[in-house]
Amino acid sequence: MARLTIEDLKKIKDKQKATFSLREGGYRAKVTVHMGTCGIAAGAREVMTVLLDEIAQSKAEDVITTTSGCAGLCAREPMVTVELLNKPPVKYGDLNKEKIREIFKEHVLGGNPVEKYALVVGSETTY
Amino acid sequence: MQDLSLHILDIAENSIAAGATEIRIKIVEDTGKNLLLLEISDNGKGMDSKTVQQITDPFFTTKTVRKVGLGIPLLAQAARECCGDLTIKTEKGKGTTISACFQCDHVDRKPLGDICNTLIVLIASNPEIDFIFEHRKDDDVYTLNIADIRKELDGVPLNTPEVIKIIKDDISAWLIIANNMLQ
Repeated sequence: MARLTIEDLKKIKDKQKATFSLREGGYRAKVTVHMGTCGIAAGAREVMTVLLDEIAQSKAEDVITTTSGCAGLCAREPMVTVELLNKPPVKYGDLNKEKIREIFKEHVLGGNPVEKYALVVGSETTY
Repeated sequence: MQDLSLHILDIAENSIAAGATEIRIKIVEDTGKNLLLLEISDNGKGMDSKTVQQITDPFFTTKTVRKVGLGIPLLAQAARECCGDLTIKTEKGKGTTISACFQCDHVDRKPLGDICNTLIVLIASNPEIDFIFEHRKDDDVYTLNIADIRKELDGVPLNTPEVIKIIKDDISAWLIIANNMLQ
């Protein structure tokens, strides 16, 4: 079996180091997928997998993802919270693969919240 | 919960909530003994003896947002449905180990599911945590140690898409081999 090698990692390291200084270390957008038992049972892992694919495809290096626990609205899972720098966080509910793709393109990349899927705006922030 | 990989994700999320910096995920498939073992151990804050006694009660939770806590009870049920059981070892301030064993060929045993995506979601969303994954299938063993990878990356974030991709390819390559062993 061809395992990942130290050489593979070194290649990425050298390449990333060259571009690293261009970035300011921070990130522009943070997407939190709610991964309580309820979220996982409702399909949160698939939502996160799609999100990671979209980030890789769009080469958006200033977007990070994280997970959190149950937000108390188990019936509306899978849920994500999108936080753009200096903007109020937006919480989305009842998500699936298609909806998260749309939110990623419109809100995370485009900066315009997708109102039809939004549950609440400005309820919490983790900055 | 449709498969065991989702249970693993759920239990590992508990470890993250407990402030763990190192999480070991171990899967042992022993066809000779007809046994499947899952073990998730962490160095998080652990539990006192009173909490452990209550932990398999679905109506017990430390959360404040709702009144039920189903993660551990659901895994315990999944194990007991196929002649297995769930055990918890924990020490306050030291960490917690959750083990679930299953009769491997039991008709009600949930499939392992998408282990690769469970690991990738955990690693990409928690780049500061040292995940150690070990998957034994009879005599073959696969291990993935995130601490080793982080050392080689020398400051490049672990959640860089390119890094995530090679980790994903590595796990996938092993799982293809592991699944072919069945046939």
